[in-house]
Amino acid sequence: MATSPSAEAPTAPGATAPRPFRVARRRRETKDTWTLELEPLQGDPLAAAPGQFTMLYAFGVGEVPISVSGDSTGPLVHTVRAVGAVTEAICRSKPGTVLGVRGPFGNPWPVGIDVGLDVVIVAGGIGLAPLRPVLYHVLARRDEYGGVALLYGTRTPADILYASELERWRGRFDLHVGVTVDSATAGWRGRVGVVPKLVAGASFDPASTIALVCGPELMMRFTARSLLERGVPADRIYVSLERNMRCGAGHCGHCQLGPTLICRDGPVYRYDEVAAFAEVPEL
Amino acid sequence: MIEPETLEALVVALRNRGYRVLGPTVREGAIVYDDVGSAAELPVGWTDSQDAGSYRLERRDDEARFGYAVGPHSWKQFLLPPRVRLWQAKRRNGGFEVEEEPLDDAPLAFLGVRSCELHAIAIQDTVFLEGRHVERDYAARRKDAFVVAVNCFEPGGACFCVSMGTGPKVGAGYDLALTEILEGGHRLLVEVGSERGGEVLDELPRSAPEDADLEGAERAVSGAATRMGRTLDATDLHGVLARNLEHERWDDVAERCLTCGNCTMVCPTCFCTSIEDVSDLAGESAERVRAWDSCFSLDYSHIHGGSVRRSGRSRYRQWLTHKFGTWHDQFGTSGCVGCGRCITWCPVGIDVTEELAAIRSNKEANDGDD
Repeated sequence: MATSPSAEAPTAPGATAPRPFRVARRRRETKDTWTLELEPLQGDPLAAAPGQFTMLYAFGVGEVPISVSGDSTGPLVHTVRAVGAVTEAICRSKPGTVLGVRGPFGNPWPVGIDVGLDVVIVAGGIGLAPLRPVLYHVLARRDEYGGVALLYGTRTPADILYASELERWRGRFDLHVGVTVDSATAGWRGRVGVVPKLVAGASFDPASTIALVCGPELMMRFTARSLLERGVPADRIYVSLERNMRCGAGHCGHCQLGPTLICRDGPVYRYDEVAAFAEVPEL
Repeated sequence: MIEPETLEALVVALRNRGYRVLGPTVREGAIVYDDVGSAAELPVGWTDSQDAGSYRLERRDDEARFGYAVGPHSWKQFLLPPRVRLWQAKRRNGGFEVEEEPLDDAPLAFLGVRSCELHAIAIQDTVFLEGRHVERDYAARRKDAFVVAVNCFEPGGACFCVSMGTGPKVGAGYDLALTEILEGGHRLLVEVGSERGGEVLDELPRSAPEDADLEGAERAVSGAATRMGRTLDATDLHGVLARNLEHERWDDVAERCLTCGNCTMVCPTCFCTSIEDVSDLAGESAERVRAWDSCFSLDYSHIHGGSVRRSGRSRYRQWLTHKFGTWHDQFGTSGCVGCGRCITWCPVGIDVTEELAAIRSNKEANDGDD
């Protein structure tokens, strides 16, 4: 070609080949969910912002996209639910095991932009994991925000993630924590019901609120509806979406959702930008 | 101007400069792209007859070198090979070590690139080279590629580049451009598009074009523009498709579509690949392969809980709306260059120009309701 394309532009390190990371700590959260702390065998630690994800590789088994779930100022932390061959292999990884990491990829939650606002974090199931870094971020600079609420729904009391941490947070006077389960078991004295219902009862000023939502798509749709009914503007509701992410770099096409590539343009989106096509079945 | 026989000198000149020369040749009843050792391997005197679901080679009554449209191959098989190993890993010291595949940057020369195909290469450049991440394998193969473009004078039955604004005359992005002229003596006009293109031309026996040559070349290309096999109203297809995601035509086409993925394989812009991890039986070594994939497969949209696009209807809709609509959102252009391959190589003869016209007609009927 007469004018050579931008072939000289640098490829981000770790975009193609996984970097080896050692499992430093592993903690069981629930029956099928584990939290892993990872440290690189060589080189700099991986700096990922809240909401970003990495491609986690179990040697010889395969690779999956997993959101970061730790404090962005600390080591790389992932919370993984064992639902398939790769996630099972990752959850089986005892301390010392080496996993591969590519990334980080994707766009973060808009933390840091909207200081001064009330913050409403709504999580469903494993969707709490990608939101935990937001809570760490907000609590580390608590004075910069108005009211902060964490609304969390999961299937049963046994499925509650980060249970001791949630109890600690619930003891704070500057944080409202609401937890609900789909179905109670013996001994549960908390709320039963779906998480969008918690939105109606939470205390925040809709006109100056930013809401961050992550969970199953149906849960996010109903949560967004509840937030809109309370008067939160659609352009201050953010959701994190999931599709089949394979390359992470916007090249393989698998994570398309209508006009966007989720690994490149997401996974975090402003709700009003995706609402229309997120509701089209099988898009 | 060069004589048809001078194409041999062109092949030799490119090979002498270290290029792997790739071009059209006849194989198993089709004109395919492969290594060209000599200009004698070009499809001399052949043409192709194309229609929806139909492709036949036919003899011409002349010795034209480029008297056909496009075949099942496109240049993407050289820039984005169907299977590429990305890396290998071996267990070591309780962990593993990853070794990235060495880049294949042997310089390529493409002989006989149509205008639609030049546009297709530019579209894949946007996908792989102009985003946040550069696709290193594509970049290495693409970097020094030498392009000998060719203007069309014999469009195929499925061609609609005029509708897409991508041909038949080549615009930019070539090193040399050929126009084959048959009337008044067989000869080729050569235009220079780059410095190195000019250097190659300097090595060839040639003569200065006369007015008759320039007029003959102009007539050949403008004649092609009037003989397109298909036409398509491409006005605001982005909007038309976005407004018709639940159109009944999707059910209609799903009745016919086999979801075989042929259209995505022959499409010169379809870029989707899968990432395949394999390991040896002992679990000591593993590797990752990047392979062509298709949005027509169920696995393509698989996430935990099942595939997002379970129905053939949704998969056809994904392909068509992406190609003509959301490609604009993602990459700033249409994903279609009007080459017609998807029409010709569809085993059941689904014609994108017909499908889009059907969807558009509904849009106009419903305009008042928006």
